[in-house]
Amino acid sequence: MKAAALLLAGSMALAACASDEEGGGSASGGGSGGGESAELQIGLAFDTGGRGDRSFNDSAVAGVEAAIEEHGGEVTELSPNADASNRADLLTQLADQGFNPIIAVGFAYSDVIGEVAEQYPDVTFAQVDGAVADAGSPENLTGLLFAEEQGSFLAGVAAALKSETGHIGFVGGVETPLIQKFEAGYVAGAQAVNPQIIIDRQYISPAGDFSGFNDPARGQIVAQGMYDAGADIVYHAAGGSGIGVFQAAAASGGRAIGVDSDQYQTVDPALQSVVMTSMLKRVDNAVQTFIGEFVDGNVAGGADEVYDLESDGVGLATSGGFIDDIQSDIDGYRQQIIDGAITVPTTP
Amino acid sequence: MSVLRRIVAALAAPLLAIVAAIVISGLVMAVLGVDPFEVFAVMLDFGDTPSQQVTALVVILNRAIPLFISGLAVAIAFRMGLFNIGVEGQYRLATVMAAAVGAAVVLPGPLHVLLIVVVAMAVAAIWAGIVAVLKVTRGVSEVISSIMLNFIALGIASFLLTGPFRGSPEGASIISTAEIPESGWMPGLNGVFDLFGLANPPRQLYGFLVVAALLGVAIAILLNRTRFGFDLRATGLSPSAARASGVDARGMVVKTMLLSGAVAGLIGIPDLLGTTHSYTTDFTAGLGFLGIAVALLGRNNPAGIAFAALLFAFLDRALVPLQIADFPSSVVTIIQGVIVLAVVISNEVARRVALRAAERRSAQAGPAPVASDGSAGPGQTTDGGGAGTGAGVDPTTGAGRQTDERQGTGA
Repeated sequence: MKAAALLLAGSMALAACASDEEGGGSASGGGSGGGESAELQIGLAFDTGGRGDRSFNDSAVAGVEAAIEEHGGEVTELSPNADASNRADLLTQLADQGFNPIIAVGFAYSDVIGEVAEQYPDVTFAQVDGAVADAGSPENLTGLLFAEEQGSFLAGVAAALKSETGHIGFVGGVETPLIQKFEAGYVAGAQAVNPQIIIDRQYISPAGDFSGFNDPARGQIVAQGMYDAGADIVYHAAGGSGIGVFQAAAASGGRAIGVDSDQYQTVDPALQSVVMTSMLKRVDNAVQTFIGEFVDGNVAGGADEVYDLESDGVGLATSGGFIDDIQSDIDGYRQQIIDGAITVPTTP
Repeated sequence: MSVLRRIVAALAAPLLAIVAAIVISGLVMAVLGVDPFEVFAVMLDFGDTPSQQVTALVVILNRAIPLFISGLAVAIAFRMGLFNIGVEGQYRLATVMAAAVGAAVVLPGPLHVLLIVVVAMAVAAIWAGIVAVLKVTRGVSEVISSIMLNFIALGIASFLLTGPFRGSPEGASIISTAEIPESGWMPGLNGVFDLFGLANPPRQLYGFLVVAALLGVAIAILLNRTRFGFDLRATGLSPSAARASGVDARGMVVKTMLLSGAVAGLIGIPDLLGTTHSYTTDFTAGLGFLGIAVALLGRNNPAGIAFAALLFAFLDRALVPLQIADFPSSVVTIIQGVIVLAVVISNEVARRVALRAAERRSAQAGPAPVASDGSAGPGQTTDGGGAGTGAGVDPTTGAGRQTDERQGTGA
C-alpha cells in the first residue's frame, strides 16, 4: 500500500515535471545580438504547447519563416516551462540578448508583456491574440488580433447547411473569453441558417485549467457524447484536443470542423475524410505582415491590428472539396458580414 | 566522529541522486549529440552584467519560495506516513479565496496582508481537513480522497473566478479577480541588494522569502523539538507502536492534515502578494505536484527541502538560456525526472548501506562485552530472525535521529 502510494506520488511528480513537448529547435545561434545591425533578429516566445502543435504556434513559426525568406535574418524560439510561470523571463531574456522585434504568441502574455515592454522602450513587441489595452497600452507593443467570431460564423453556416439531423455540436478547449468568441460566432452562424437547429456546446476544461487544449482523450469523450446524442457535425476550438474530436467523428460516421490551420492537410490520412472544413486563423499572415512593417519602419505601435474576413485574416478552408456545393451561400454571408449587414456577437 | 558519520549518511542519498542524475542526463545528451559540458556551462551562466546576474538570482529565489512551501506541506504529512497529494487543489482554492477577500477589504498594511494569509491558510486547512475526516471516520485512503478533491477544488476555484469573484471587465482575455489594494501588497526585498552594493534590477525579490524562512524554522522545531512532532514522527514510523504508547492516532491524522493544509495554503501567496495582486486564469498551476518531488528530494526535512527547492528553481531558470543557446530545453526536464527517480532509488540504497554498517558495528562491538553471556545472543540477532526486525526498525529510527542531528546544526 505504502509502496504503491509512493509510486503514485512519484509518477504524479514526474508528470508535473514533464514539461513542454519540445522546446528548442531554434534556427539561430542566438548569443550576441546587435553585432550586425542590418541583420534581423526575431525573438519568438510561444504559448504553452510550444512548437509542434500543428496549429497556433506552428502557424506563427510559418509566418516568421516566410518573413525571413523575404527579408533575411534569423529567429530564436523560446517555449515556457511546464506551468508557464516564466513567461516574463522569456521576454526579458530575449530583450536582453538584443532581439528585435519580439513576438509573443498567445493571450496569456497579456499579464506580463506590458511591464516588459515598458522596461525595454527601444524594442518593438507584438502579441498574437492580445489586445494592447489588456497590457496597459505601451507605445512599443502591437496587438495582432483576429475576428475569430466572423470565421466561426461561417463555420456555423457550413455546419447548419450540411447537417442532416438538424443537430450540431461545439467543443471548446478551455472556457476562456477567447474561445467563447468562437462559440458565439458559430452559434450565430448556425442559427442564421436554421433558427431551430440544436447546438450542443461543451468545454473540455474550465477557465484556469489549461489542460483542455492538450487532452485528445477528453476531446474524444466530449465529442462522442454529442455524436451519440444525434449531432452529425462538431466544430472544435480546442487546440491539440481536436484530434480526439476527429477520432470521435470517424468512429461515429460524423464529420468535424477543424480550427486555426487547414487541419485537412495536417491530420492522419485516415482522418482526412471527416474534416469537412477548417476555420482558418491566419496567424502566419499576421506575423509576416508585422515583420514586414517592422523592416520598413512602419510599425505604428500602441495599437491593435485586427485581421478579419475582409483582410482574409480568418476564413474557411476548402481542402477536400466537402463544402464546394455550398460555397456560394458561404460567400453570401461573408459579404454580408464585410458590408456590416450582419454583426457577429463575440460573447455567447 | 559519529556526528560526522551521521551527516555524511544523511547527505549521501541526495548527493548520490544528484550525481547520478547529472551523469545519466549527460550520457543522454551525449547520445543525442549534444555536448553535456557546454550545456552545464550555459546552465551555470547567470549573465554578463551585474543587473542580469542579480535578476537571475531573484528569478531563482522567487521560484524556490513557493516550491519550498509546497515541499514543506507535503513533508509534514509524509513524516506521519500520510500522502497529501491534494496540496495542488488546496493551494489553488486557498489562493482564489484569499485574493477575493483581500480585494474586498481595505485595512492598514500589515493587517491586510495578515488577513489574506490567514484566509488562505484557513481555506486550505479546511479543504485538507475533509481528507482527514474521511480517513478517520470512514477509513477512506487519503491518497484517493486527496487526489479526487483536487478536481473538485479546481472546479470550485474556476467557478468562483469566472462567477462571483470575477473582477476583470467583460471581454478581457484573461479572467481575474479584482486587484488587491496596495495596502495588501508585500514589498520586495531589493533594498538588500543596495545594502550589499549589488545591482538593483527591476525584478523584485519577494518579501515573502522572510516568512517562508521563518516557516521552515518553525516547522523544523515543531517536528523535532515538541511533543506534537514526536507523536507525529512516531506515528509515521510505526503506527501500532505509537498507539500502544498512548498516541491518539485519529486525532493525529486530523491535526497533521490540518497543519499540512494550512501550510499548503501559503503556496500561492508569494506570487499573489508579490506580483500578480489578483488570482487569474493564468495563476501558476502544478506547484502542489512539484512539491511532492521537492519533498522527496529533501528527504522530508526542512533544510533538505530548501535545498531541493533551490535546485529545482535553478533548473527551471536554465530553461530559457538553454533555448537561447540553441540547446534542447528538454535537457532540464530529463534532469528533473532523473533526479526524482534517482532519489527514490538512492534513498533505498543509502538505507541498506546504513543498515549494513550498523549491523557490522553491532557485530564488532557485540562479542566483547557479552562474551561471557554466550556468543549465541548477538549472533542470532545479526544472522537469524533478529535481522528481520532489525531491518524494519533500526534504520528508520536511525534516519530519524540523523535528521534531528542535521537540523540541530543547521538551526
